[in-house]
Amino acid sequence: MTVGAASASSSASTPGGRLGDSAPRPDGIAKALGTFSFAGDITADGCLWGATLRSPHPHALIVSIDVSSALKMPGVHAVVTAADVPGSATYGLIISDQPVFAQGVVRFVGEPVAAVAADDPDLCRRALAAIVVEYEVLTPLTDPEKATDESVPSIHPAGNVVRHQRIVCGDQSIEGPVVVEGTYHLGRQDQAFLGLEAALAIPDPGGGGVEIHVATQWLHEDRRQMAACLALPDEEVRIVLAGVGGAFGAREDISLQIHCGLLALKTGRAVRMAYDRSESFVGHVHRHPATVFMRHHADHDGVIRRIEARFVLDGGPYASTSSAVLLNAVTHAQGPYRCPNATIDGWAVRTNNLPSGAMRGFGVVQACFAHERQMHKLAEACGLDQVEVRLRNAMRTGDRLITGQVMKSVAPVERIIREVAALRMPTEPVGVHARRGVGYAVSLKNLMYSEGFDDYAVARVRLADGVATVKFATAEVGQGFVTLAQQIARTVLGVEDVVLDRIDTLVGSGGSTSASRQTWMSGGAVDGACRLVRDRLLHLVAARHGMDLSRLAIEGTDIVETGGALRVPVSEASAGVEFDETFEHHHPATVHLDADGQGDCHTAFAFAAHRAVVDVDPELGVVKVVQVATSQDVGRALNPLAVVGQIEGGIAQGIGLALMEELVQIDGHVQNATFTDYLVPTFLDMPEVVISLVEEHEPLAPLGAKGVGEPPTISATPAVVAAICDALGIEVDRVPVRPADIYR
Amino acid sequence: MTPMNDAAHSDVAYNLHVNGQQREVVGGSVGESLLHVLRERLGLMGTKGACEQGECGSCSVLVEDVLVCACLVMARSAVGQRIVTIEGISPIGTPNDVQRAFVHAGAVQCGFCTPGLVIATHSLLDRNSEPTELEIREGLAGNICRCTGYGRILDAVQRVAADRQGGRE
Repeated sequence: MTVGAASASSSASTPGGRLGDSAPRPDGIAKALGTFSFAGDITADGCLWGATLRSPHPHALIVSIDVSSALKMPGVHAVVTAADVPGSATYGLIISDQPVFAQGVVRFVGEPVAAVAADDPDLCRRALAAIVVEYEVLTPLTDPEKATDESVPSIHPAGNVVRHQRIVCGDQSIEGPVVVEGTYHLGRQDQAFLGLEAALAIPDPGGGGVEIHVATQWLHEDRRQMAACLALPDEEVRIVLAGVGGAFGAREDISLQIHCGLLALKTGRAVRMAYDRSESFVGHVHRHPATVFMRHHADHDGVIRRIEARFVLDGGPYASTSSAVLLNAVTHAQGPYRCPNATIDGWAVRTNNLPSGAMRGFGVVQACFAHERQMHKLAEACGLDQVEVRLRNAMRTGDRLITGQVMKSVAPVERIIREVAALRMPTEPVGVHARRGVGYAVSLKNLMYSEGFDDYAVARVRLADGVATVKFATAEVGQGFVTLAQQIARTVLGVEDVVLDRIDTLVGSGGSTSASRQTWMSGGAVDGACRLVRDRLLHLVAARHGMDLSRLAIEGTDIVETGGALRVPVSEASAGVEFDETFEHHHPATVHLDADGQGDCHTAFAFAAHRAVVDVDPELGVVKVVQVATSQDVGRALNPLAVVGQIEGGIAQGIGLALMEELVQIDGHVQNATFTDYLVPTFLDMPEVVISLVEEHEPLAPLGAKGVGEPPTISATPAVVAAICDALGIEVDRVPVRPADIYR
Repeated sequence: MTPMNDAAHSDVAYNLHVNGQQREVVGGSVGESLLHVLRERLGLMGTKGACEQGECGSCSVLVEDVLVCACLVMARSAVGQRIVTIEGISPIGTPNDVQRAFVHAGAVQCGFCTPGLVIATHSLLDRNSEPTELEIREGLAGNICRCTGYGRILDAVQRVAADRQGGRE
């Protein structure tokens, strides 16, 4: 299926829409009218405001904290510090190692030290200013390479190395005959979602629990960490998804949830919190800055024989998801290419820079930038075309990966490379003073969680009088799961009306909206629950009409007997009855890597290929992206318009990393925590995007569809860089590419 | 962050002309932005804030038909001027052509930028009913969207422009 950027959205979409249709979003009109409630829009009568005091130092001892002046201010209702946390003093997604409030030591600029609740935001600011914290400043550890050295003093009791992982595969003695190598660096990218962190926490009347309306990616995980820190049973913390203004990984970790809940419990009143942009930049995790060394050994014909790689990821002071990000980096070092032998070493380390965690692409962005720069060099070293070198090494289904895992997913790597190369080139003439370049990049990305984590998803479906009601705790962050859930219910149950219940923790977990997993996992759960309900309805109809169950099916909005003996609308058949079913979807189990990096650690994979065309002005050092073409392995496009939206949006973030996005720290101090200084692509920065969707249904997936969220971002970045290198005949080894990196 | 001086708080109410109505603003301080007043004093939450520096366009509103970032306008400086927000750009609860086109073209994902973009699109098409692709890109370059990559927004605006041209024939 080839989708021209202009034609993608013109396919007719019926109101509602079934699987395969470009169904419109159920929340679209409310969002366009401005009536959709985002987290920052939710308020309550008489609520207080909360605010956070943060460390000005990257590394310092806290000698004393004096909150007495702040507490005395009229209108200030609470000031809380580490001493006020009733439960676990720390939280974290994988390891609980990040303090709710700093205890005795601060480890990054922006680390929370205290929080206040007061009548209004101005008063909050004055109260924060009245808190006196005496620090003894320490030398920050800001060089991640240094942090790999075990002799360097630890900045955290758990040590500076969060994870070290090797992969040793095949014959380690293989050398050459062709050898290409390089050291590559990626800066710190921020997710820069538009809807800033915000929440409203409401304490239960008479004490006990708390309800929090918050923008998050993973409701049940927020609940687990909040409950532990607030010393409450899980069921006394209720998370309600507030409107999410984008996420991209940054909302997988806790930000203000525990602070806001604690202030509400402490004051017995509803508390509202909202970060501004500068606070948001230090208040959530970022993409791991990385330094990657890679060396490829290949035959003269360009076929890869062995890769060597060394990754150092800067995790900042707390673990967050660093161990999983490192797993992704090292296991994706081969890219979408066959590789019989590998020697890989990776470290995720602690520093006094900002905490790193999840961002779209999750470790694979770092690996892909390196392996695609390497493929570029390999092509040149072998005198091969950039497309040809990739075709010669393209991975296939059934191949054994460097972890020993066999690629079971559909792997149309050769096809996506051929399709992207065949897409039309831009017609726009080369810019004045500019040189044009063309670059290619290809990626693979694991889908779902890895290394033994059972990230199941639950959905509940009720059918009554022809109306289906679907309940799940799956975070809708803009990606369109709400649309897909309706499409699934309409298709499986033959109904028109699908009501989506509130997204909250009153149903089982949907898992995280990350890892390109919700179409597969929560889609599988909704599909499973719908099938259970459908089976009960068909049973009823079979009994009513004395028919063989196996001859009944749903066709459109009717139940039909395959021999033509019966046709009854679902709305009629379901009148006066109610079926209510819950389904829990699991993916196949995975295992941890062993010490040599061997094991079936990943669930499934998706692939994408990108071709970028750029114009570079060598005197100014500026780059204009003229066109990005992409071919993506999507399994099945369940909503083509939504798929195109993910692809175009993902490419924008990939271009951002390639050309402009970097949150800069000097000696641990953040230099550009505003939208004036941290640039994200605007309308004028985005080129024409040409898309070819490769739909080879994935047999492992419940709906045949692969996740589509991350792949567009991953290989877009190296494709743009390759095009710059092609335009000027230079090598660039870092992103974002700054004017000084290409000025000639 | 400068601590607010108590003297900056004012009990003197003032009126703003918002979406065709005189709205009384009570409480707050003299220097409050129009964005803050619209949202927190008048309860018009459709106007969003995402940078407070005029960089992202999420808070786009029309003041005397001029497209502005409400975060950069002092509310009191807008006294006596006609202010139109997303809540007033179409009849209450009824999407207009721009809003419908955004939804059907796939220009809405998380939707946080959407109200600002809808306002900016109205402003653009009022000034230039037949914009070229470049004019659309330039006209909306002050509105950041982090989700869509702008492709479907371009499509939505082109659809509205074409439909409006068609409607005139």
